[in-house]
Parts: sequence; structure tokens; C-alpha cells
Amino acid sequence: MGALFIRDIRLGLRAGGGVLIGILFFLAVITVVPFGVGPDLKLLARIGAAMLWIGALLATLLGLDRLFQADRDDGSLDLLIMASERHMLALTVLIKCLAHWTVSVLPLVVASPLLGLFMNMEPAAIGATTLTLLVGTPAITLIGAVGAAVAVSLPRGGLLVSVIILPLTVPVLIFGVSASYGAVEDPAPFLAPFLILAAITLFFAVLGPLAAAAALKSSAD
Amino acid sequence: MSETVSKTARWIDWANPTRFMTFAAAFLPWLGGLTTLVLAVGFWMSMQAPDDYQQGATVKIMFIHVPFAWLSMMCYTIMTLAALGTLVWRHPLADVSAKAAAPIGAVFTALALVTGSLWGKPMWGTWWVWDARLTSVFVLFLMYLGIIALTRAIDDPAKSAKATAILTLVGFINIPIIKFSVDWWNTLHQPASVLRMGGSTIDPSLLWPLLVMAIGFTLLFFTLHMQAMRNEIWRRRVVAMRRVAARSAERRTVQ
Repeated sequence: MGALFIRDIRLGLRAGGGVLIGILFFLAVITVVPFGVGPDLKLLARIGAAMLWIGALLATLLGLDRLFQADRDDGSLDLLIMASERHMLALTVLIKCLAHWTVSVLPLVVASPLLGLFMNMEPAAIGATTLTLLVGTPAITLIGAVGAAVAVSLPRGGLLVSVIILPLTVPVLIFGVSASYGAVEDPAPFLAPFLILAAITLFFAVLGPLAAAAALKSSAD
Repeated sequence: MSETVSKTARWIDWANPTRFMTFAAAFLPWLGGLTTLVLAVGFWMSMQAPDDYQQGATVKIMFIHVPFAWLSMMCYTIMTLAALGTLVWRHPLADVSAKAAAPIGAVFTALALVTGSLWGKPMWGTWWVWDARLTSVFVLFLMYLGIIALTRAIDDPAKSAKATAILTLVGFINIPIIKFSVDWWNTLHQPASVLRMGGSTIDPSLLWPLLVMAIGFTLLFFTLHMQAMRNEIWRRRVVAMRRVAARSAERRTVQ
């Protein structure tokens, strides 16, 4: 499993700058916002956390179809499925998700404080948003694994994955943004939505790989 | 023991599409007739129902809005059961049922949203608010569309059945959220008032037409669902026959 993790990270880092494109997309989305809503710094500070979350969500969705596609193309996915008697397939999927998250989503989280500065956010808000992104984005990847596995056999699955996954990620977005706001605005609590966000991530860490494994098995034969 | 055997036997009988078709052919006219009757009575009762002392005549939107909303959730629950049937028992009719139910459910959800919006304009003063229940029903609508898109995207029925079933099961998380959204969050949409502990809060003069309409629309759903399942089976048979015809034509040209 450790070997698989390292292999996936290496492939992800090497394969055509996928990491860089994800960050660039995130940057582009955030840059477009002030053009859309106007350069009012107060307004930007208020919607900054939400914009960072939406940008990260879209950038995460963008890379999801690569989760199983490359492995399917070179046949190693079939090998992984055949090895499911020795290693539980759900565990393999979980490892792949973690590797994918480390390579293509963790850089987004790291980049988010800088983009938060662009949005004129307070330091506390930047910290809270980065923390919620760190805890919440694994849930998006894990939910996305279900969509990627379901659509793996389709030639143009990328757009479909985003369409079917986006409704399911709504709770993550709600609690992520409300926790980020809770850190700065006084009456709203920070801890309660943050804990719910963590619970969502843990919940999908179980459900997502199981469902994705079932979908991969049925698509293999 | 004998009972389990006969139960299993009946279960397998249902798996035979031909038997389902004979049953549907015999049953559908009656179901359709009953639906028409109950809906007609429901419409008549709705017309006779008194106006609300606060809401006036707009309260009558409730008689269609509430059944649509119920059905949008019931349809997804049926699709979830069908998804379990596909994955656990590999019941051959289950995926036909799920595939047939998805567009019907999407239409009922859209109707619930539209009628709710029409009701919201005079009562709340706005067509749409991003309140918990409205948003979660809208998410349900998007999920129906996603499921339909996925079903249509995969050509092979067996593969699309499994993929759709898994997606349906994962999406079922949304149903309890919709049901309890009005209790968990303090929202503009009113909390449950028909089925609740301590009796209904709706006056009997409005409750009875609502119940009749709900039964009528539920019957309508089952009529449409059975009809759609029949269409789906026919469609698959036509596809299979075309393939057989194409193969035999090919053989003829080779000889």
C-alpha cells in the first residue's frame, strides 16, 4: 500500500504538470472574482472565504477524472482489481484518493492563504479558511472517487463526473464556509460546523472508497 | 420452510419480464381508471374546500404542491430500493424500475419546485429563497438529472444499471436531509404539519382534499412508473431483435 501511495504521487507529479494546472485554475477563478463583483475591498473581504471555497471545489473537480483514467488506460487498474483478493479494493481506492489529494489538492490548500491576501481577508479568516480547506477537501476527493469510478469507462467522463458529483458536495461547501465565517463573525460558532465538516470527511472516507470499489469491480469485466 | 420456498418462487416469478408484462397489461387499465377516479374526486374536493382565513384562495396550491413534494422523495426512495435490488439480489427488473422512475421523479421534483415558487410569491413575497428545504429539494432535482445523464451516457444496460445503482445509493443521503431540514434549521418553509406527533395542524376541511389528492397522485405515479417500465422492456426487446436481425443478415451475406 505504501508502494502504491509513492507510485501514485510520483506519477501525479510527473504527469504533464497536472498540479500546476490545478493551482493555475484556482488562481484564475479567484482573479476573475474581483472583475465580476468589482474591486470593493470590503465586499471582497466578506465573500473571500466563500470564493476560496468555491475556487478550491472547482479546481478539485477539474482533476478528478484523472483519478482512475490513467490507470485504466495502461491496464494497471485491472491489475489492482485482480489483486483485490489480497488487498481489499476499497483500501486501494482510499490510498489512491489520498495520493491524489496530496498531489493535486494539497497544493491548493497551501496556495489559499496567498489568494486570501488578494481578497483582503483578515489573518484570522485566512487561517480559518485554510484550516477548513485542509479538513474539508479530502471529502470532495473521496466523494469524487465515486463519480470517477462510475464514469471510468466513458470516453468523455470528465464533465459528467463534475455534474454528478457537484450536488453531493453541497454539504461540504455549506459547513466549510460557515466554519470559516464562524471564526471571524462573532455570534456564529466556529467549532460546531468545523466538527461537522470533519465528520463528513470521515464519513465519506468509509462510504466513498466502498462505493467506488463496487463501481470499479462492475466496470472491469 | 415451504413458506420460504413459495416466497422465493414468487420472487423469481417477478423477475421474469414476460410475466411482468402480462401482469402489467392486465393491471394497468384498472390502475389508470382508479387514478383518474381518485384524482377527479380530489380535484372536486379541492374546489369545494374553503379558502384559508389568512392565505385566501392561494392555499389551494397546497393540494398539488404537497403531493408533488412527497412524490419527489418517494420516487427517490423507490429508486434506492431498486438500486439495492440491482446490487444485492441482481433482480433483472430492478434496474428497469430505477431507470423508468428517474425521469418521472425529476418531473415531480420540478413541479414541486415550480408550484412552491408560485405559492411563495404571494405568501413570502419572493419566488425563491435559499432556505434549507428549498435548497435541498433543488439539490435533489440536480441529482435526478445527474442520474439520468449517467444512465443515458453508458450504452450497455447491465453496466449502466450498476453504475447508476451505486450513485443512487450514495445520493440517498440527501433524502433524510430534506425530510428533517425544516426541523434542524429554522427556515422560512413551514415545519411538517400533516404527519406529526400530536395530530395534524391542518383543519379537516383542508386536510381531507389534501389526503385524497396525495393518494391520487401516488396512484398516478405508479401508473406512469409501470407504463414506463413496460416501455423500457419493449425498448430493450426491440434493440435485442435488431441485433439478432443484423447478425442474421450478416450471416446471409457471408453465405
